[in-house]
Amino acid sequence: MKSRTIKVDYLARVEGEGGLYVKMKGDKLLDVKLKIFEPPRFFEAFLRGRNYSEAPDITARICGICPVAYQMSSVHAMEDAFGVKVEGPLRDLRRLIYCGEWIESHALHVYMLHAPDFLGYQDAIQMARDHADAVQRGLKLKKTGNDLVTLVGGREIHPINVRVGGFYKVPTRSELDALTDRLKWAREAAIETVRWVATLPFPEFEQDYVFVALRHPDEYPFNEGHLVSNRGLDILIRNYEDHFAEEHVEHSNALHSVLKPDTNYFVGPLARYNLNFDRLSPVAQEAARAAGIGPVCRNPFQSIIVRSVEIVQACDEALRIIERYQPPEKPAVEIQPRAGTGHGCSEAPRGILYHRYRLDAAGVILDAKIVPPTSQNQKTIERDLREFIPKFSHTPQAELQWKCEQAIRNYDPCISCSVHFLKLDLERE
Amino acid sequence: MARKAKPKLAVWKFASCDGCQLSLLDCEDELLAVAGEVDIANFAEASRAVIKGPYDVSLVEGSITTPHDAERIHHIRRASKFLVTIGACATAGGIQALRNFANVEKFTSIVYATPAYIQTLSKSTPISEHIRVDFELRGCPINKQQLVEVLGAFLNHRKPVTPEHSVCVECKSRGNVCVMVAHGTPCLGPVTHAGCGALCPSYDRGCYGCFGPMESPNTKSLSEGWVHLGVKEADLVRAFRGFNAYSEPFRRESEAHEK
Repeated sequence: MKSRTIKVDYLARVEGEGGLYVKMKGDKLLDVKLKIFEPPRFFEAFLRGRNYSEAPDITARICGICPVAYQMSSVHAMEDAFGVKVEGPLRDLRRLIYCGEWIESHALHVYMLHAPDFLGYQDAIQMARDHADAVQRGLKLKKTGNDLVTLVGGREIHPINVRVGGFYKVPTRSELDALTDRLKWAREAAIETVRWVATLPFPEFEQDYVFVALRHPDEYPFNEGHLVSNRGLDILIRNYEDHFAEEHVEHSNALHSVLKPDTNYFVGPLARYNLNFDRLSPVAQEAARAAGIGPVCRNPFQSIIVRSVEIVQACDEALRIIERYQPPEKPAVEIQPRAGTGHGCSEAPRGILYHRYRLDAAGVILDAKIVPPTSQNQKTIERDLREFIPKFSHTPQAELQWKCEQAIRNYDPCISCSVHFLKLDLERE
Repeated sequence: MARKAKPKLAVWKFASCDGCQLSLLDCEDELLAVAGEVDIANFAEASRAVIKGPYDVSLVEGSITTPHDAERIHHIRRASKFLVTIGACATAGGIQALRNFANVEKFTSIVYATPAYIQTLSKSTPISEHIRVDFELRGCPINKQQLVEVLGAFLNHRKPVTPEHSVCVECKSRGNVCVMVAHGTPCLGPVTHAGCGALCPSYDRGCYGCFGPMESPNTKSLSEGWVHLGVKEADLVRAFRGFNAYSEPFRRESEAHEK
């Protein structure tokens, strides 16, 4: 039988450096490897010896696309270690800046990175020649998200205003009010986005996944909650490492995560949605139903619809927060470092992001562990490809290769994030 | 009428967070206009399409940290007429250059489960240590208006206007109260390259130097000022050992306080 190899040396429209290697004999699949050659940067190593207060700014540099997620997971981990709880308007402002990040990151992925696959364009700029209105809408949505991050955080990439305990300076009511009309436009544009992406052609590809996400008693999750799965997992964030482990494999500079003992799992918009549909605001639920997806969606290609529903959710939540906002008396609660270990987990646009820090009495970091969403999805991405390729093995090589890339982009992989986590001795306490 | 060929723009990535190249996609108002003026010939974060070199302008993000990348940058230089490095990783080695201050052998033995799987250099170095660079744009991340300015200048055959004075000048022109004088907040503004618009002091915090050292900074005098404010030596080392730790002036200053 003739053997076939599909090689993508450098995956496009993902963040970071990765490739794909597939080997087939006839219709039989022999090997699939999602290769990650993004060079390691050793964040967990050089965080040792840094002050607790530096973690939000340093870990933000792991990812230029979702710096807010790193800032949020790190401040929550530090506050957990110091026994501090941030509540009221400061807690709301954290949710608000996270709304901005979800809007900009999701709009980037939906319009610029993923939609061109469904419509057969190399990129959004080529797509703009035939779909100018859609691309303009996407850019304007993305800009609204970025402007929200900038207003609360100072700038859109690596915001400077987030600190352990709160912020350096909080916005006034009128500064936030100034964004209300644009966010109302954005909420409508997001609903239009859901309608638009629902018309894209989706391959039949329902899979039985183990979804993992945060779940909060009454909110769609951002910063807090239990870690839950659709298989009955329900644990505190601090118990993450009792249930999840990381493996070092040769073809990837990112560790592969498993739900112990060896189950691969799925994090990100699709997981959040399936585990928290009842926590979505009515307008987001309505948008999802109108698009023809119910409370359960197991086709990863439809993650583009779910991501769009989450833009609706983030715009709606941002408007609710702005409406009730009363500036706090102080921009941050006081922090008194003490020796101990803190855990934090928040919902990055691409899924759960876990941080754990051990600190001395002066607040100096003794060791750190960071598990980003994309390394948790790696095994599931490879499994999807193993299921997907035999079903479409009759398609011509170039088209099959593109379909494989599209299947990877279902996860909005952030390879820059997924690397730098090669520190296995971190389990020592 | 014959159409003049558009200049070819390429974007390249080395060890980095992707944030500086994202700045180009974050130019939501200018992106389609820029795409009308140039052919985006290689920009993996945004497009599957790849057009062969040579390239009229290459934007290079990230630092050199692997033997393979130390080779690759030479190919990119050869294929590029005008090469601009963008961001603290490309211009100073980035936060990952903190490895440059560690005992590499000890460091490696602590870090890796299976070191044989990994190829990495003992130092993270700026692009200019490897090849000739035509223009350096600072920042962690870069300022997107400055990126548009650099591209505009290139397209119009003029020199980009990116001031080399300190953050202090930007702070004064914004009318900020000095956080160091008024609140006793340690600030790297007096020695840091302008470009952010004095962002941190405008948010009541001290500058943490993400645009790297200005032209001829007096870091010693600033350190003395910090010591007067009660800052300890170990904290001075950390302050200069940030996102531009391996830039010469910041590196020397951090080493001066290391005991």
